Amino acid sequence: MKISYLDFEQGVAELEAKVEELRALDQPGIADEIKRLEVKARKELQRIYSKLGAWQTVQVARHPQRPYTLDYVQALFSEVQILAGDRAFADDQAIIGGLARFNDQPIVWMGHQKGRDTKEKIQRNFGMPRPEGYRKALRLLRLAERFQLPVFTFIDTPGAYPGIGAEERGQSEAIARNLAVMSDLAVPIICTVIGEGGSGGALAIGVGDRMLMLEYSVYSVISPEGCASILWKDAGMAAEAAETLGITARRLQSLGLVDEVLVEPMGGAHRDPEAVFTLVRERFAQHLDELKAMDTSKLLTTRYERLMHYGVVGAA
Amino acid sequence: MSWFDRVLPPKIKKKPDPQPQATENKRTVPEGLWSKCPTCQTVLYRTELEENLFVCPNCGHHQRITARQRLDFFLDAEPRLEIAKEYVPVDPLRFKDQKRYKERLQEAQTKTGEKDAMVVMRGLLHGRPVVAAAFAFEFMGGSMGSVVGARFARAAETALVDRCPLVCFSASGGARMQEGLLSLMQMAKTSAAVERLAKAGLPFVSVLTDPTMGGVSASLATLGDVLIAEPKALIGFAGPRVIEQTIREKLPVGFQRSEYLLEHGAIDQIVDRRQLRTVIGEILGMLTQSSSKP
Repeated sequence: MKISYLDFEQGVAELEAKVEELRALDQPGIADEIKRLEVKARKELQRIYSKLGAWQTVQVARHPQRPYTLDYVQALFSEVQILAGDRAFADDQAIIGGLARFNDQPIVWMGHQKGRDTKEKIQRNFGMPRPEGYRKALRLLRLAERFQLPVFTFIDTPGAYPGIGAEERGQSEAIARNLAVMSDLAVPIICTVIGEGGSGGALAIGVGDRMLMLEYSVYSVISPEGCASILWKDAGMAAEAAETLGITARRLQSLGLVDEVLVEPMGGAHRDPEAVFTLVRERFAQHLDELKAMDTSKLLTTRYERLMHYGVVGAA
Repeated sequence: MSWFDRVLPPKIKKKPDPQPQATENKRTVPEGLWSKCPTCQTVLYRTELEENLFVCPNCGHHQRITARQRLDFFLDAEPRLEIAKEYVPVDPLRFKDQKRYKERLQEAQTKTGEKDAMVVMRGLLHGRPVVAAAFAFEFMGGSMGSVVGARFARAAETALVDRCPLVCFSASGGARMQEGLLSLMQMAKTSAAVERLAKAGLPFVSVLTDPTMGGVSASLATLGDVLIAEPKALIGFAGPRVIEQTIREKLPVGFQRSEYLLEHGAIDQIVDRRQLRTVIGEILGMLTQSSSKP
C-alpha cells in the first residue's frame, strides 16, 4: 500500500519518492545510493516523530490509513460474529460489536468504526454514533455480563453525532446510561483508544478496568478545533488548543488517566500494522489475565475507586 | 394588596432617590428594585419576583438563579449543612487560552463568592432527610471540572451513608474545557456515583434547568430515576449552533426545549419552579415508601 503523507512529513515523502524512482530505474550500482537515501528517510522520520507536537499527533490519529476497529478485530480475534441493532430503532454502523474469541477465550468486543472510501464513510457516518449505536453497545454490554464474557472496546471517533434525530432520540441519555452501566458491569472491561477519542462519544464505550492508548492516538474533552473556536473565537488556533488541552497518550498517562501507552512503529501504526497487532495481542493477554484473576467484587470495587480518583482538586 | 401599594414601599416614600443623572435616560430606577421580564417585558417589583422564586408572575418565564438561591428555595429552612466545600479548584494543566484558567477561576470566585460551580447541602424536604446539589451556572457557566465531580460524588456518597434520596439541579454548559480530559472523566465519575445509589435502592431525582447541555446532560443529569425539567429550559447534548453548522439547516421551533423533550419521551414532567418542593416531596415520599404526611 502506498503511504499517504501528512503535511509535516514532506521531507520523508520526497526522500521515499526518490527511493522509488531509483528502484524503478533498476540500474546496476545504485543499490548504495538507495540504501543511503533509505537511511536518510528513516532518520528524517525519526527526527519528526521524536518531537511530534500535540496537533501533529492529532493528524496521525486521524490518518486515513490508520488501522480501524475492524482491522484490530480481524487481526486479534477468531470466530468473529458481528451482532447488529439496538432492537428499538436501527443498526448504527458507526459503532460495531459482537462476539469473538481471543486466544480461545470467548469475549465481547465493540468499537467505533470509520469508513475507508466515501461510500463507507457515509455509511459509517464518519465514525460518529447516534443514540442507537450506544444502545446497541449497551445491549452487548449486558449480553457480556449475562454470559460472563470479558469486554474489549476500541475507541476511534470524532465524537457523538450532533444532529436533530440524535437529539430527539436521546443522545445524552444513551451516553449517560452506558457510563453508569459500565461503571458496575460484572465482567472485566479493557478499553483502548486506537485513533481519535472524541469526548463523550468516545467515553460512552470507554469506562472500564484498563485504559490503554496507542502512542499516537488522542483523547480529548473537545476537539482542538472546537476548543479554539470557543476560547479563541478562531478555529485556526487548533494547534495551540491541542497543546494546552493535553490530549496525547503520554500526557494523559502522566495525569493518571491512562494505564499504558502502546508504543507504535516509527511513523505511526499505519506504517506497520502487523507490529501494532502483535504488541496489542500481547498486552491484551496480560491485562486480561490480571483482571480474570480478580473476583467480581474486587474487580468492581477497584473499578469504582479508580473512577472516584479521577480529577485533581485542592483542599480549602 | 393592590398593585399600587406593592409598587410604593415605605422606603421609597420616606427617602426619595438621589437625583438621576441626565445621561442615563430611562434607567433611573434604583438598581435591583425593579426588573423587566426579558420575555413579556412586564416591569416587576423585586420582592414580587422573589416571592415567585424569580418566575415572572405574568408570563411564567423562569429566570436563572444561583445555586444558593436554588437550594434556599428547595430545602426546609432548618437544618442545613453545606458539605464537600473543602474541595477547591486547581489548574492541573496550566491551561491558558487568551486568558489563564487561574485568572478565570479567580474572576469567577470574586464575582460569585463561590469556589466552584456546585453547592451541596444536607437538609430536609418537608421534614424528610435529603441531600441536594445545585450547579452554579453563574460560575463559569456551571461547567463540570474536578471540583464539581468531587462534590457531586460526595453528595451521592452522603446520601448512601444517610440512606436518603439525592436531588440534583443541573444548570451547565457541559464539561470544563480548561481541565481537559480530567473534566471528561467527571462524567464517568458522577455516573458511577449515581449507579451506586441506584444499586442501593435510593432515589435520585434530577431536575434539569436552563441550560443543561453537553457533558452534564450526558452523565448525571439524565440518570435520575425521575427527570423533571423547568419550563422552556434548553436541554441537550450538542449545542444548537454546532448542530446547525453540522447539518446546515434550520432547527425546528422549540428544539431542545423542555416541552420538546417531554414530547419525545426524554423526561417525566415539566414542573413550575414554584411547585418543585411539592412535586419532588410527593415523588420522594412514594419512592421511599414514607407515609403521605411526614
